[in-house]
Amino acid sequence: MNTIVEIDNLSVGFASDHGEIEAVDGASFDVREGEIVGLVGESGSGKSVTATAILRLIRKPGRLTGGHILFDGRDLCALPEDELQKIRGVKISMISQTPRTALNPLITVGKQVARLFVLHAGLSKSESRKHALDMLALVGIPEPARRARQYAHQFSGGMCQRVMIAMALATSPRLLIADEPTTGLDVSTAARILDLLRDLGVKTGASILLITHDLGVVATTCQRVAVMHAGQVVEIAPVRSLFRLPAHPYTRALVRSIPRTDRAIRMEPVPGSVPSLLNAPPGCRYAGRCPLVEARCHAFKPALKQIAPEHAVACFAVEDGRAVAV
Amino acid sequence: MPSLCEVDALKVHFPLHGVAAWWRTMREGTPPVVRAVDGVSFSVAAGETLGLVGESGCGKSTVARSLVRLVQPSSGAIRFDGTELSTLGNDDYNKMRPHLQMVFQDPTASLNPRLSARRMVAEPLKLHTNLGAAERRERTDAVLQEVGLGADLADRYPHELSGGQRQRVNIARALVTNPKLLILDEPTSALDVSLRARVILLLEELRQRHGLSYLFISHDLATVRYLASRVAVMYLGVIVEEAPVEALFDRPAHPYTRALLAAVPIPDPDARRDPFVLSGEIPSPIDIPPGCRLRARCPLAQPVCAEPVPYREVASGHFAACHLV
Repeated sequence: MNTIVEIDNLSVGFASDHGEIEAVDGASFDVREGEIVGLVGESGSGKSVTATAILRLIRKPGRLTGGHILFDGRDLCALPEDELQKIRGVKISMISQTPRTALNPLITVGKQVARLFVLHAGLSKSESRKHALDMLALVGIPEPARRARQYAHQFSGGMCQRVMIAMALATSPRLLIADEPTTGLDVSTAARILDLLRDLGVKTGASILLITHDLGVVATTCQRVAVMHAGQVVEIAPVRSLFRLPAHPYTRALVRSIPRTDRAIRMEPVPGSVPSLLNAPPGCRYAGRCPLVEARCHAFKPALKQIAPEHAVACFAVEDGRAVAV
Repeated sequence: MPSLCEVDALKVHFPLHGVAAWWRTMREGTPPVVRAVDGVSFSVAAGETLGLVGESGCGKSTVARSLVRLVQPSSGAIRFDGTELSTLGNDDYNKMRPHLQMVFQDPTASLNPRLSARRMVAEPLKLHTNLGAAERRERTDAVLQEVGLGADLADRYPHELSGGQRQRVNIARALVTNPKLLILDEPTSALDVSLRARVILLLEELRQRHGLSYLFISHDLATVRYLASRVAVMYLGVIVEEAPVEALFDRPAHPYTRALLAAVPIPDPDARRDPFVLSGEIPSPIDIPPGCRLRARCPLAQPVCAEPVPYREVASGHFAACHLV
């Protein structure tokens, strides 16, 4: 399978009065053709910053402090702004957690979708309108002709997210970044949005980077998963291995910390809390919370090492074989 | 088990205002209302946790708010600890309030940004007890300690606390008057995964230690399964199913419950998924058609579903409002 985007040792820092906040610390992972990759972690783990970095939309005082983002054979980190404009929203698009605020409240929904076709495909007004209706129908909006004349406030949260998906897919992107697309939606609405993403990924050939903190969403939607903790990617695995044979102590704690609906379980919270990223020490950032910690974890950062096909872990305890499977 | 709180045929209707409402009143003779809660009955036994679940707009928060008089019920009875609350005057009602406390969803919005955690937790004691300043402080610190906020955090203001710590302040404030019933309105939904787990465990520990009863309102079914002993499912202003927690999750009787459970993503890629889905979206609570309220969305709907729905016991302690069970 071809790689669509490869993130290589990416670092993002935010300058503050008290020092540098390293929100992403040497993250590496890739997304391949037609694949849905999950990026999971607690709040403050750097998932959204990573996504924003892929689009090169990090705002000041944040900046890329290192690494490469390879897309279509080019390093996005080195591209000038006018080249980025031809990629952003065209070849890589994004949907956010708050679809309603991402839509323009003063323009009808149909016009917002149609504009994309005028702007990016150079179609005439009537053609783009036809395409817009097709897109709205594709994402499952009933009566698209009538709904296209309405405004964002007349749409429910789930319907707004469908419009966002229609807009994101209108330009046939290679990569769709979905940042917590179902947070804030009701369970049944969320389930249908996920079904839609899965279907459309296959139909349009777009790969999806799905950012979420919900392991349930990961289990039902993704093929591979990268787990982030405090700005570091600690484990990358196929979805089944991640739940069956989680290797990193953080992943294991995360899997054990969630209640589930299909059977009664004992729940154990992840110990400690996400450490401060201000002038963070050089080593593994999970060290302060880890039951298997040793001296070198504080001083050195473990590299991602392959432990099985497609399954890589960044942990000294796993390298030494001290971490026994749960 | 003796029931601590009994709600009987509770209705909360909100009148609509404006030109459109006036026009409808002229045309139809009756003013239009939003039937947010439309005849809800349940009881919470001493020491148990009743989970009240449903999607946004089903009326579950309105039920909670009417118990603590944040909204005025249109009709129905609320009996708490042997006293009928709905007919009490405000002064008598306020005497009951220390026994009936509430924790809100948004841990930030429900705290006063200008009070420290300690002062906020002491506030209910000032209102409801005659304790002196030293006794208040002693009680406040003991409760803060109990929810896991040590002396170093007690003097902080809300903006100096994390989301999880703020929710602990809310829980402490509700607990400080030694209530019998705690109404928890989505207490974990604004929290991150690991914090959520810790607040859930804290709530369960507190319930066991103090013999508290909880009315736990949530749309997060996994959390409800963990905390509740009985669960009631609400849809469009009414309870459609009520059962002991295991029965409800393992053998849901009502199509709505089944669809709700099928929609929850299970954190296990090998878990079997029930493909049962409802069509459409939750209809407006203004024009509710007669018969089963789920009828228009239910894949199992039959002509009989247009008739008034019986609320039947389908197994011991397991009730469902569906013609087809």
